[in-house]
Amino acid sequence: MALDSKIPKGPLADKWTNHKNTINLVNPANKRLIDVIVVGTGLAGGSAAATLAELGYNVKAFCFQDSPRRAHSIAAQGGINAAKNYQGDGDSTYRLFYDTVKGGDYRSREANVYRLAEVSANIIDQCVAQGVPFAREYGGLLDNRSFGGVLVSRTFYAAGQTGQQLLLGAYSAMNRQIGRGKIKMYNRHEMLDVVIVDGKARGIITRNLVTGEIERHSAHAVVLGTGGYGNVFFLSTNAMGSNVTAAWKAHKRGAYFANPCYTQIHPTCIPVSGDHQSKLTLMSESLRNDGRIWVPKHKKDVEAIRAGKLKPTQLAEEDRDYYLERRYPAFGNLVPRDVASRAAKERCDAGYGVNATGEAVYLDFASAFMRYGKEQAHVKGLDENDEALVKQLGQEVVKTKYGNLFQMYEKIVDQNPYETPMMIYPAVHYTMGGVWVDYNLQTTVPGLYCIGEANFSDHGANRLGASALMQGLADGYFVLPYTIGDYLADDIRTGPIPTDTPEFETAEKEVRANIEHLINNNGTKSVDHFHKRLGKIMWNKCGMARNAQDLKSAITEIAELRAEFWKEVRVPGTADEFNEELAKASRVADFLELGELFAKDALLREESAGGHFREEYQTPEGEAMRRKEFQFVSAWEYKGEPKDAVLHKEDLVYENIEVKERSYK
Amino acid sequence: MNLTLKIWRQKNANDKGKMVDYKINDVSPDMSFLEMLDVLNDQLINEGDEPVAFDHDCREGICGMCSLYINGEAHGPDRGITTCQLHMRKFKDGDTIYIEPFRAKAFPVIKDLVVDRSAFDRIQHAGGFISVNTSGNTIDANAIPVNKHDADDAFSAATCIGCGACVATCKNSSAMLFVGAKVSQFALLPQGKVEATDRVLNMVKQMDDEGFGNCTNTGACEVECPKGISLENIARMNSEYIKASLKG
Repeated sequence: MALDSKIPKGPLADKWTNHKNTINLVNPANKRLIDVIVVGTGLAGGSAAATLAELGYNVKAFCFQDSPRRAHSIAAQGGINAAKNYQGDGDSTYRLFYDTVKGGDYRSREANVYRLAEVSANIIDQCVAQGVPFAREYGGLLDNRSFGGVLVSRTFYAAGQTGQQLLLGAYSAMNRQIGRGKIKMYNRHEMLDVVIVDGKARGIITRNLVTGEIERHSAHAVVLGTGGYGNVFFLSTNAMGSNVTAAWKAHKRGAYFANPCYTQIHPTCIPVSGDHQSKLTLMSESLRNDGRIWVPKHKKDVEAIRAGKLKPTQLAEEDRDYYLERRYPAFGNLVPRDVASRAAKERCDAGYGVNATGEAVYLDFASAFMRYGKEQAHVKGLDENDEALVKQLGQEVVKTKYGNLFQMYEKIVDQNPYETPMMIYPAVHYTMGGVWVDYNLQTTVPGLYCIGEANFSDHGANRLGASALMQGLADGYFVLPYTIGDYLADDIRTGPIPTDTPEFETAEKEVRANIEHLINNNGTKSVDHFHKRLGKIMWNKCGMARNAQDLKSAITEIAELRAEFWKEVRVPGTADEFNEELAKASRVADFLELGELFAKDALLREESAGGHFREEYQTPEGEAMRRKEFQFVSAWEYKGEPKDAVLHKEDLVYENIEVKERSYK
Repeated sequence: MNLTLKIWRQKNANDKGKMVDYKINDVSPDMSFLEMLDVLNDQLINEGDEPVAFDHDCREGICGMCSLYINGEAHGPDRGITTCQLHMRKFKDGDTIYIEPFRAKAFPVIKDLVVDRSAFDRIQHAGGFISVNTSGNTIDANAIPVNKHDADDAFSAATCIGCGACVATCKNSSAMLFVGAKVSQFALLPQGKVEATDRVLNMVKQMDDEGFGNCTNTGACEVECPKGISLENIARMNSEYIKASLKG
């Protein structure tokens, strides 16, 4: 099947408007006859479910958590971008579009990104109308801050809990529809397969995580908003339950999986402390507005710090290497994430890491305390030369901006970041790759849609900070509800989709067989044992720097590990009860397949772009080297084993942006 | 360090349940409490036993999924955190730790330490929203200036993670801190005022229907709340409720 991205004709700025004006609509009376399944209730799934229900469709929404409000969007910290230009600093739709395409290292689709920038301003209006309490200035208007890779302040925020507030907004919109009976909510349900009838997605098979019951659910269309697959690395900033299962099952039923190797390794996370660790914790990129990143300039100081003989606060200014400011003077500490992460790795690999493992750099707020403190002292008419007072005043300002993050850090590390710089290191955070979708967010399976982080579409090879929230809500509130109507317009006379058909029968049988295998396997090793081993392969061979030899061995090792998993995994308990190990086992089984495709994709991509860094392809200064012949999306078709997956290329055409070297110097 | 754990085990909602003793050795002080339970579960699985079921997800204190009543305190001995943020450095070698589910009539046990908190969702279905269509055809965000103090207070109320520690802590199993926070968030914002009357009446009614108790101003909920939600929110809800009742 040839890939058709269905990008509308016409000038870039008119595409979305023209498209909306010409696609089919479903009249309000007919919407009542149509059912839509939405899997996942994060920003994308939650906003889509609420909006579709409000339009009049009958929505069934599913999440594996005990409430839709707990989806992992809730953990997003720093903010949400929107081209509002409230600061009057030269922002515009074009600029947001340009920054996003450049930030993604010219590996995203122009038309999608432009649409995203276009609807971004609406998101803020919408959320404020819903009662989302964004940060405000004393005049009562909305405040902004800056994020990496841009030269304007376009990020709206609610302390370090922006994702929480936006998700609660989407959840409240869902609540309104649940209360009206337009959304039927299924909590603690996991989707285990998508059912295809006559070539169209017509339902899903789920497992009730409380009772173990296997259920069939039908609909005229299925929407996946099930998030990213960062947990393939075992350790990531994702929630423990975040998984690839829904997206992977869709892939196995015919949806192409795009750019699986594009992973975002976030530069500012709390470093790994030991083998017991179950997850990594992000310290928001917004901290780079005020924090400066450094390591000691001299090895002797590194050693003294590691040995506990020297405190970082004692090191003189001239003995510190603010390496981001040194290497990238134009953007400084606010370079994009991929660049910042690689720079941290470079310093640590060179032996300048500041903790016992040698894998940490400092994020220091000392100068921000003084800067803010001076301003406050001036405003309050206090002594600007009283250092202790200025520091205290400055700390209070920083506390209102990022207080919850400082508290999180202190609880985990047991050090007070107001007194000593934070130690940070890159960690897996987000996946730009995902299910391939066209301009309408439809996958290669008719009637199957994919939104938010789960799809591949808008961020290219690297996502800019505060753009994930923007994309999730853009897809769910403003894009999918329009485009899905074009497809559903053909279904107004279809009537309810029966679940007693052979297609549902077969899908359910396969799901049951899988579960029985896992339960009856009686192996010798726990699910986590395999997940951790997979994570180690992924981090060591498919992590921040990759090369052909490592990728080839990763492919073999993952395939072997998968075989061992099916032979040796032990899942205690039974299938018809609350059984967390069983749920985990079926997720890890899918990670073990995805991981291999991930490595295969990374091996194919003989270039460096964004988060994908191939050691063989770098400039003399160690920057990523893009190659013209790889200006395409790799979309993989499932053919059995991951090694047999067939590559389809979607060429990326840039008509409105000149593709040039991505420089932040 | 080496610890003795006394954990509530209950096969399902119909089972009677009991405390069971476990030994766990070589616990690192840098582990989080849930990571310590992960190690215990790995141990149980390797010994052929059933692991302890507990709720958890984000493990960074924001999703509200984790719970646990540890040594008689919701989310354990530390303040201003959830169980997933509690670290073992708060305990000593040789300690005995009691681990129970959040208990309340409105939070029935599903299994072991996992409880059903869907009553919280149903309270929100009754009115935890502003009735605005998600069409994008709203007014410009800056067309509604909001006094910074009100915006900050609304935000503080909105940081509630819906974990249920307030209910578990309250001797009356009252949900008034939770509901008060939600009512307050909207009551403090101009956007929320339009539906204020119906909202508070409907949410309080649902709260009562779910079997939560009343508030007797002990204030334990505020102390145990991982997000420091203030008792002022209960006062504000009461005032909103009286106003609404008088309007009818």
